Amino acid sequence: MDASAPAVSTSRSITVTINGTTYEREVEARKLLIHFIRDDLDLTGSHIGCDTGNCGACSVIVDGELVKSCMMLAVQADGASIETVEGLADGDELNKLQAAFKSKHALQCGYCTPGMLMSSTALLRKNPKPTEDEIRKGLQGNICRCTGYWNIFEAVKEASGQ
Amino acid sequence: MLLREVGYARPESLAEAIQLLAADDGARALAGGQTLINVMKARAGSPDALVDLSRIEELRGIELGADGTLEIGAMTTYTELLESSEARARPILGEVCAQIADVQVRNRGTIGGNICTSDPTNHLPPLLAAIGAEMVIYGAAGERTVAAGDFFLGVYMTAVGTGEILTKIRIPAGRADGFAAVTLGVEGTCIVSAAASVNGGVKVALGCVDAVPLVVAPASAGADDVRAAVHAAEFYPPSDVHASSEYRTHLAEVLAVRAAAQASEKTKG
Repeated sequence: MDASAPAVSTSRSITVTINGTTYEREVEARKLLIHFIRDDLDLTGSHIGCDTGNCGACSVIVDGELVKSCMMLAVQADGASIETVEGLADGDELNKLQAAFKSKHALQCGYCTPGMLMSSTALLRKNPKPTEDEIRKGLQGNICRCTGYWNIFEAVKEASGQ
Repeated sequence: MLLREVGYARPESLAEAIQLLAADDGARALAGGQTLINVMKARAGSPDALVDLSRIEELRGIELGADGTLEIGAMTTYTELLESSEARARPILGEVCAQIADVQVRNRGTIGGNICTSDPTNHLPPLLAAIGAEMVIYGAAGERTVAAGDFFLGVYMTAVGTGEILTKIRIPAGRADGFAAVTLGVEGTCIVSAAASVNGGVKVALGCVDAVPLVVAPASAGADDVRAAVHAAEFYPPSDVHASSEYRTHLAEVLAVRAAAQASEKTKG
């Protein structure tokens, strides 16, 4: 075998930047990104809802792209810049989207909220004035078990100034 | 969820990647991971090692040739495809990719992963079979090209062998295509799908009715000819909680007619 091929190993050292802070950690290859974020870095804002890639509660933004962090290994995020729900507020000051979620009662139990916020953030960056259909399509990967979708759509509309 | 212990390597070239895949029978290529990681969670598959293809430049990019042929790198994500101006040369590609799952999955899932999984419920196998795509496969013996009709060998099985990688998908020029599916919820998993193309002859490929896309060539895109062609094909769709075999057979006819009508409509523009 050619000496140039990289070695296969069950763990490796990775560097990721989350909400502006850079972390370097040794992680097992089998570790999902959501577990790395929650368990290794103690950033527990991102939730695990279903663990099967269906619910979107674990959604985070990796290098500008919205992803479900239960469907990505931590080692795949090596070198990436990640945004999680903890990065949205400025200290105690809610950002515009969070404030809209609050004013429109866009959360009931709050479990899906971190994922809804990250998906809405990604949506509004790509499309600052989404139509109702575009909001629905943008949040299609996020499930709210309280079924509070209407208020969530209203909050996204308010945050986009509509 | 904790996955079974797994090895991981991140090659930076195709040559390195095929060495890694050839060296271990239990090694699997990791593309976007939107199927494989869930398969590993469910213990439906337990690779010994994952060869992460994400850093291999040769697997990226979309090129539009002078004759209108598209060459799409296997690691191109659905989002990249549906946002690509080159890929608009064959509009059905973006239209179908926009229907796959949700934003998060489209941002990570790849065209190569979709077809190498060869899951009968996936959108792209029937589409690529209908539009006459060719798959370029690279291995120790060099590069070979396989027509879509010969690429899908069975459920989860393709012409990509041990120590080989799908590198790109070549798609001929054409615009008169259609796609219709009955899905689990809007843009969910397909229960039955049909892709059609009127590019010279008429071709319709049915998904979810057999282990691999079933391709039929109706005499015309007219509803009667399409129905007759589907009727003449021998296939025995599986029954499951979503649809009986009989209902899938019925849907196959209905969706083939719809897809062919869409394709035929575009020949007029």
